[in-house]
Amino acid sequence: MSVYILSFVLFLVGLYGVITRRNLIKIVISLSIMEFSIFMILVLVGYIDNGLAPIVDPASGGQIYVDPLPQAMVLTAIVIGLATTSMLMAIAIRLYRKYKTFDIRELKNLRG
Amino acid sequence: MEGMSIIVKKVSQLLAGLIFVYGIYIILHGHLTPGGGFAGGAIIAGAFILLILANGSSALNLKKEISGSSNTESLAILMVVVLAMMSLAFGVKVFFSNFLPKGEPGELLSAGVIPLYNIFIGIEVAGAILTIFLALVIFKEESSK
Amino acid sequence: MIIGAIYALHAKDLLSAVIAMGIVGYGLVICFLLLKAPDLAIVQIVVETITLVIMVAVVLDSTRKEVEIKLDRRTIINILTGFVVFAGLFYFFILAIQNLDPLGAHSLRMSEAYVEGAVEKTGSVNLVTGVLFDFRAYDTLGEAVILYTAALGVLTLLRIKGKK
Repeated sequence: MSVYILSFVLFLVGLYGVITRRNLIKIVISLSIMEFSIFMILVLVGYIDNGLAPIVDPASGGQIYVDPLPQAMVLTAIVIGLATTSMLMAIAIRLYRKYKTFDIRELKNLRG
Repeated sequence: MEGMSIIVKKVSQLLAGLIFVYGIYIILHGHLTPGGGFAGGAIIAGAFILLILANGSSALNLKKEISGSSNTESLAILMVVVLAMMSLAFGVKVFFSNFLPKGEPGELLSAGVIPLYNIFIGIEVAGAILTIFLALVIFKEESSK
Repeated sequence: MIIGAIYALHAKDLLSAVIAMGIVGYGLVICFLLLKAPDLAIVQIVVETITLVIMVAVVLDSTRKEVEIKLDRRTIINILTGFVVFAGLFYFFILAIQNLDPLGAHSLRMSEAYVEGAVEKTGSVNLVTGVLFDFRAYDTLGEAVILYTAALGVLTLLRIKGKK
């Protein structure tokens, strides 16, 4: 149970970063940290004691395998995280070229 | 940006060849060992990124490279959809069913339509990651002139 | 991993923050290997390396100084409200995980049905690939479409329009 709580602490650290930081790159890094903590929680739900990695050996029978369904979901989620982070970085590059700063409070002041 | 010294260029050519073959191995054995389409596709993209970083972007013809990678990626995802639709024609009339005959488990030519899916998804993932990286390189080139 | 994350938030130099994100990512790879998920470890290593290369390429091109946080009243009220929200979320999380089985027991019902007939129905020895491409093929199609759309989006955003 304590491993679940540690992963949730990582999630709260990421959430704190998204709320209080002013630099755009740090907001993107905190979003990525939140995603990593969710991957940990999903894989921890599907872990079975004394289970093997989910590659079936066809000669032996009656083995216990670790649950493959959360692993398939997390595999999809890792690639989606890459796509999201790359699009946020493209937006950050465009904002830097135009306003010459990464500070989000400056961006709200420059209208028009 | 300029390239690096000549030792780095020659060693990176050798290493990129090895990484490319390793990526193809992981894609083809996706139903036997851990790996599959996504891991192999990302590894192949890593080989090309290594070549770009070592030789510098002034040695490329950037418009041709990026049109080549985005066309490859588009063709690959079209083939995935065609392969899924072909299952509507044969066998059970359900989208995405596994219709080719399955051989022995543990051989290379087993598991029906899954190796074909692995190959096309691998090509698509490699093309997408390469297109993202080349778009960044083109943007830095053209805005620093 | 938590120490790396806390350092990544408070680093003064942006390049140090990006490298600290790499620590969190590679620590996640070690945790995946301990939880017996080799497929995820391969994908996470390669994707984390590519993400680090992209972020360093963006950060090196711009200023690396961090603006300092002034402790005015608005900032302190923000931080205190944040801590109250965190305490509330933590309490609800502890309530939610009382209903989970302890770590290592059979929690999910569907996994029994997947593992029993997977080798005969799909024919692939790798269970994760069989689940991804045969039982859950729609999710894989959706993921391929998301990656394709992200590539198109980046290509559209980073375009220089020539002036006539």
